[in-house]
Amino acid sequence: MSDTKSLIDQTIKSNDVVLYMKGTKSMPQCGFSSKVAGVLNYMEVDYQDVNVLADENIRQGIKDFSDWPTIPQLYVKGEFVGGCDIIIEMTLSGELDTMFDDTGIKYDKDAADKIRESNA
Amino acid sequence: MAMQAKEIEALIKEALPDASVEITDLAGDGNHYAAEVIDESFRGKNRVQQQRIVYAALKGKMDGSHGELHALALTTKIPDV
Repeated sequence: MSDTKSLIDQTIKSNDVVLYMKGTKSMPQCGFSSKVAGVLNYMEVDYQDVNVLADENIRQGIKDFSDWPTIPQLYVKGEFVGGCDIIIEMTLSGELDTMFDDTGIKYDKDAADKIRESNA
Repeated sequence: MAMQAKEIEALIKEALPDASVEITDLAGDGNHYAAEVIDESFRGKNRVQQQRIVYAALKGKMDGSHGELHALALTTKIPDV
């Protein structure tokens, strides 16, 4: 395993929820990253953000790792969940809640309901 | 390095000839698109697997800062029976 690959592997295994994004959770630098970070922030999910703009090896490495060409990328319990479109769809359908319930990740259910209400 | 909606549609249709493909130019700049792809071959696959098929059809157009296509909001669906 290359250094980058093992670093990614270690990151997604030692953190329950990891978001590979452009920018940081408090200062996203791309609309798609901002959307997903916004959902997780609002739902008060405890997650590790990784700024791919800060490291070119990670930026390319995460795409190779997950076989997924775009950023952001969400990992939960070491598993790749999806990119922006998938996460937003899952948020609105309630599948994200179910996944967090099933994996024992804490989140604010009322906040998730509010997101759905305002997008209904 | 913009791409035309028709080119995107053609690439997807090449890989998924029977798919229903609808491309919307979100910003009018030839760089931010939304695509809805409906295809029977998605049945039984999860969203990640479905979208990987579409990304594969786009053959690297999405790749990195040198990709021709910066932003494609992707929705994949299975046709109603």
